[in-house]
Amino acid sequence: MTASPPALIAALLVAAAVLAPLAAVIAHAGGLSGLGPGDLSALWFTLWQAALSAALSCLLAVPVARALARRRFPGRGLLISLMGAPFILPTIVAAMGLVAVFGRRGTVNGVLDWLGLPGLSIYGAQGVILAHVFLNLPLAVRMVLHGWQALPAERLRLAASLGFARADIARHIERPMLRAVLPGAFLAIFLVCLTSFAIALTLGGGPRATTVELAIYQAFRFDADAGRAAVLAMVQIGVSLGALAASLALTAPPAFGAGLDRARGPSVPGGRIKDMLVLIAATVFLLLPLLTIAARGVPALPDLPPSILRAAGTSVLIAAGSTAVTLALALPLALAAPRARWAEAAGTLPMTASSLVLGTGLFLILRPFVNPVALSLPVTLLANALMSLPFALRLLLPETRALCADYDRLAASLGLRGIARLRYLDLPRLARPLGFAAGLAAAFSMGDLGVITLFSDGHRQTLPLALYQLMGAYRMDQAAAAACVLMALTFALFWALDRIGQHADPG
Amino acid sequence: MKKTLMLAGCILAANTAFAADKPVLTVYAPDYFTSEWGPGPKIEAGFEQICDCDLKFVAGDVLPRILLEGDRTEADAVIGLTTDVMARARATGLFAPHNEDTGRLTLPITWTDDTFLPFNWGETAFVYDKTRLKTPPKSFQELLDAPDNAYKIAIQDPRSSISGLALLFWVKAIYGDQAGAAWEKLAPKILTVTQDWSESYGLFTDGEVDMVLSYTTSPAYHIIAENDDTKVAAIFPEGHYFMTETAAQLKGTKHPALAQKFMDYILSDAFQGMIATANWSYPAIEKPGFLPPAFAALPRPAKTLFFTEDEAEALRAAATEEWRQALRK
Repeated sequence: MTASPPALIAALLVAAAVLAPLAAVIAHAGGLSGLGPGDLSALWFTLWQAALSAALSCLLAVPVARALARRRFPGRGLLISLMGAPFILPTIVAAMGLVAVFGRRGTVNGVLDWLGLPGLSIYGAQGVILAHVFLNLPLAVRMVLHGWQALPAERLRLAASLGFARADIARHIERPMLRAVLPGAFLAIFLVCLTSFAIALTLGGGPRATTVELAIYQAFRFDADAGRAAVLAMVQIGVSLGALAASLALTAPPAFGAGLDRARGPSVPGGRIKDMLVLIAATVFLLLPLLTIAARGVPALPDLPPSILRAAGTSVLIAAGSTAVTLALALPLALAAPRARWAEAAGTLPMTASSLVLGTGLFLILRPFVNPVALSLPVTLLANALMSLPFALRLLLPETRALCADYDRLAASLGLRGIARLRYLDLPRLARPLGFAAGLAAAFSMGDLGVITLFSDGHRQTLPLALYQLMGAYRMDQAAAAACVLMALTFALFWALDRIGQHADPG
Repeated sequence: MKKTLMLAGCILAANTAFAADKPVLTVYAPDYFTSEWGPGPKIEAGFEQICDCDLKFVAGDVLPRILLEGDRTEADAVIGLTTDVMARARATGLFAPHNEDTGRLTLPITWTDDTFLPFNWGETAFVYDKTRLKTPPKSFQELLDAPDNAYKIAIQDPRSSISGLALLFWVKAIYGDQAGAAWEKLAPKILTVTQDWSESYGLFTDGEVDMVLSYTTSPAYHIIAENDDTKVAAIFPEGHYFMTETAAQLKGTKHPALAQKFMDYILSDAFQGMIATANWSYPAIEKPGFLPPAFAALPRPAKTLFFTEDEAEALRAAATEEWRQALRK
């Protein structure tokens, strides 16, 4: 079966948008140059911290997602939304929150001290991994939870009627589902941690925590060695594509056929207290840093200058546009991906790209035709959309695979094709992950700082840029207040879009 | 998407319409310049009073942008180039002499460069809170020799931050060939290394670290803007490392007379007189009344350390590697 033209166009657009800037940087540098001292140890650190962060996030996500999937309690929907918050937090705000909770003068060390126990240090590799788990556990939980929710109820009923014990359910139903979902979750988190930059630096404690992305930054900004930056960017792409290939090989196809639908199955016996404890622990871990930021920032809210409102408006505008572009690219790619591996590869490509290389390359490409500064908003919007695309794709893929396996034959026999299929089958079935993906795209765009600095003229500010300027001008309290505004706006956008998706879901 | 494009178009159109009335002098400046807390708005207002022109700051990464644009740049002048990037800026051959009398400058070092014109200066220092740190180090050597757990310090990465690089040169200027050993002694006291000055300083004001790598002038902000005299810069007899930001005009400017007028304005009393509280640094020309009393009363180091552009460029790669090796454990 051949792929649809929209998917092909989307794939080509994405590939061009990622590879052309890299080519422009190489051309500008006049070729590639060798790696510097420390680049290899940066690569090694990057790889192992990303692998460990991703593994821990996935491991911890399973009990949390299971507890959320099999328990019903008041405020469950809100809790699921709130637990997603750390993932969409701009890294600079996240670092503030983590230091406030786990730092030398943080809550945790305060309690340990009061108990007479030795304190723990957040600075070092353990801090980087803690931060990455904090930021990415929510993504893992959501992806695994989607897997659980997509289990057809018939299967659970059948299991109940066969008298399956919990161990049997785990073995025959849950484990195959996890094998289908976890490699994707691992890959997504591995790739996020691969390009981690500010977090790794602040909490890493020093050069031992240098990541490849920092090495790229250094090559560009301090050594003016665009050739070396391009080589490092290519190493990053190579590693990411390797990880993608590995995860494709490990993903098991769904074991059973479709169910009638995914209405709630029979409740699972036992484990109530364990689930409760898991949920309480996860909530405290994920929400305490956010509450601490809020507690610090709210008192300074009245001191914020009016220009913050303008910056917030610009950020929301860019986020709205970037969300639309993300979905327009992700949907055709996700629908094509079950049948065409290239669609998945193209959609994952942007995640491997360094935002610094992307920004610089775009600047070089646009420069001969137009003043890039005049295009700062559209370029930021496009770059943000590209960066969110891989996540949107990851979220849609398990569902489009299931759609393909479960409904393709039915749709074909009914002659359901094209727009009609999209309207009556695909969109309703995908409403939940689409809403979540839109929320993520909007949130990512809100927190982004990467691309705008090269294109900015300093007058049209985004909220993260304003936050940085406040910090740079010694105004730390106002910066905390701006962080609060950023956090609240980001979460509101995410929550609204996620809710729309959940309401549109027929299940 | 469409809306954003339209918006961008409108802004562009508005800018062009405005430009039709008066000549526009485009000046590239660092990010911090154009925020309402930066010096940009004051400079813009002051210069436009005398130039009969429209001064337009374009804020962002000054040198990377110039390097990418080459001789097609739209900048008429740049401001905010630090000494560490001067060599690379000079190598582009894009800049013209500033034609100012550098004998008028009151910097703690002699400045004779005919292309890059300093407009402010400061020196690196470790800043602490005297209510929290009762026994601050009295010299750099005392800082190195203190027990590992005596102080926790936040510094900046010399590969991403100009103040971090200045610390590298500071240590090198004091300890020379022994700089590597000095870093080994300093390493256990460094709690963390941040990408930027802002993150380090945030950790300090949060009470997370006892001392932060900053500037001798940092306490002035707290005293003047916050009425808080608890923040103090530790002054070391070994000397402190000099930092300055410079301005320069481009050879290819379409408004050479205006660009020159801007260079003149930089050394004028109006400009130099407002640097202290707009930029929280010392003006390049200090006259009575240019510093608020609390600012003028700040302790100043007896000795200033500085590497020339060529010395710094020759030392940078090896010193960075020395630093990396000492801190990677």
